[in-house]
Amino acid sequence: MAGVQVANVSRSFGAHKALDNVSIDFADGGFYALLGPSGSGKTTLLRQIAGFDFPDAGRIAIGGESVERVPVEKRRIGMVFQNYALFPNMSVADNVAFGLSVRGEPKVTIAAEVQRALDLVQLGKLGGRKPHQLSGGQRQRVALARAIVTKPRVLLLDEPLGALDKALRVDMQIELKRIQREIGITTIFVTHDQEEALTMSDRIGILRDGRLVQEGPPEEIYDRPQSEFAATFLGDANIFRGDATGSGIKLPDGTTIAASTGAAVPAGAKASCAVRPERIRISPGAAKPDPANANTLTGQVSKRIFAGNNSTYFVDRDGQTLKVIVQNTGAERLAEGQPVVLSWSPDSTVLIAA
Amino acid sequence: MADQLAIGSRRGLKPALPLLLPAYLWLTVAIFLPLSAMVFFSLMTDLPVAGKEWSFTLGNYAAFFSQSLYSTLLLSSLRLGLEVTLWCVVIGYPAAYVLAKVLKGRSREAIFLLVILPFWSNGLVRIFSWAMVLREGGILDTALNAVLPFKINIDLMYSYPAVIIGLVHSYVPYMVLTCYLTLQAIDDSLIEAGRSLGASRRQVLWRVIIPLSMPGLIAGAALIFVPVVGSFMEPRILGGRTGTFYGTVIEDQFVSVFNWPLGAALSFILLAVVLIILALAAPVLRRAA
Repeated sequence: MAGVQVANVSRSFGAHKALDNVSIDFADGGFYALLGPSGSGKTTLLRQIAGFDFPDAGRIAIGGESVERVPVEKRRIGMVFQNYALFPNMSVADNVAFGLSVRGEPKVTIAAEVQRALDLVQLGKLGGRKPHQLSGGQRQRVALARAIVTKPRVLLLDEPLGALDKALRVDMQIELKRIQREIGITTIFVTHDQEEALTMSDRIGILRDGRLVQEGPPEEIYDRPQSEFAATFLGDANIFRGDATGSGIKLPDGTTIAASTGAAVPAGAKASCAVRPERIRISPGAAKPDPANANTLTGQVSKRIFAGNNSTYFVDRDGQTLKVIVQNTGAERLAEGQPVVLSWSPDSTVLIAA
Repeated sequence: MADQLAIGSRRGLKPALPLLLPAYLWLTVAIFLPLSAMVFFSLMTDLPVAGKEWSFTLGNYAAFFSQSLYSTLLLSSLRLGLEVTLWCVVIGYPAAYVLAKVLKGRSREAIFLLVILPFWSNGLVRIFSWAMVLREGGILDTALNAVLPFKINIDLMYSYPAVIIGLVHSYVPYMVLTCYLTLQAIDDSLIEAGRSLGASRRQVLWRVIIPLSMPGLIAGAALIFVPVVGSFMEPRILGGRTGTFYGTVIEDQFVSVFNWPLGAALSFILLAVVLIILALAAPVLRRAA
């Protein structure tokens, strides 16, 4: 096992800067998600770490050893591809055995290791099948077994759950996490699914246009996003834009919003505030001052979406539509068109420099 | 959805008949009838033209077994087929690989065009142009002597290598095309997966790419081997005196000796031998594919 250090890596394809001076330290044994929209450079970064492509500039080290010019087959990595990339002409066991067999390991060792890996992914009895006889989830497990049987230093996963349906995806998330804990391997996971990134990883790196936008544990990024992009890409957020006052912002209509978390922005500069929809309290009728929820706005419900355990209210206010998520506690439901008061705490408000 | 599937798979042959009929009518008229006539001829003592007397006989088939000349020629034709097929693999497979996996876009189209260009020229023209190149004092000879400081004498004309060169030239596009199709269908991520598991490029080639492209190699080999074993044009024009093969003997029976019954019988023996070879190879090939 080993950590991975990416330092100032840049890679361009023609005029397109796929990676622009990206630096991330992947700690040994951690589960790391690279999150970003398509074209953000997350897969390019993974391919640099794997060695399918070499950076134009910068340094990549696996376990402290510089690898940026080392070809993929010498990097001792394990990789799971988006489409699994199982060899269709080989049985499941031969697929898993491939990495050991090209190394020239003795047959007895290979058979034992393959069985162990298949048992780990709970496919111990399916070694004799061909890949086309397996379901999507089973193929996924074979791909994982094949990637870890060689005891790689790093496990790289390129949107591995993208092709599975929702229920299976949740199962595989849990399974993947269990296996990763069990073998303690440094894992780097590319995804565009924010929920996947939130639930599985120890740390998340958000990429956009080839740059690292923010990096840290999921809670930290969710609670203290440093940019509007990070706030809206990881989870939902209501964004208010205005002028910084030193303790929050002043909206163009004069309303002030207090924020007690986030960046320090000098008074007078442009700034925004982000509030998560589930942090806002929505109540009918006239505004009552509430010291715990000092930020107060009035508006009108324009739409309600009922989703069983919660409801999402869209509230129109001064040309802006705000989103509020309310747990279904059996309390009175608000009707569309009803005037409402929104209130939330400055503690739930993150100040973001423009 | 289930209904549509059922329509596609279970309505049987009847609705498909209008689609099948033209092809099978054509095959019947163009292949089955002439071949039947040939079977008939091969069992005759003489051609029924100009009121000649004839009767049924198996003598034409017996001739193959009574004279060792024919089986010797058949063996050398089979060897020719093997050698030409082998050279087509050696030359065609790498080209197909580059076309399918290395080149992209415009350059791929251009190179592809060069591969199928020979199909657009007349076969006889191709062979005679090789004659111009290969003969003593021909293009190859002159060109090499113009470049090399010492005098060499290239006279490949009327030799076994000339026949091989001409045949490989005619048939290598089949190998390129069939291999290109199977190689192109191999997902690049399989190659990357192999390398991420520690396999060198060579190991990926032998363990992943070649096994997966085996159907194309086999199809190409069958498309080349069968006609080459019966070929007569290239051996006759480029091989001269050394170019006597089973195919040229059959051609002689039809064109110069006018012993159609013997020619027909020899053809059917060739057909049988080729079918037996393909049948024997089938289980091995199926496992490889």
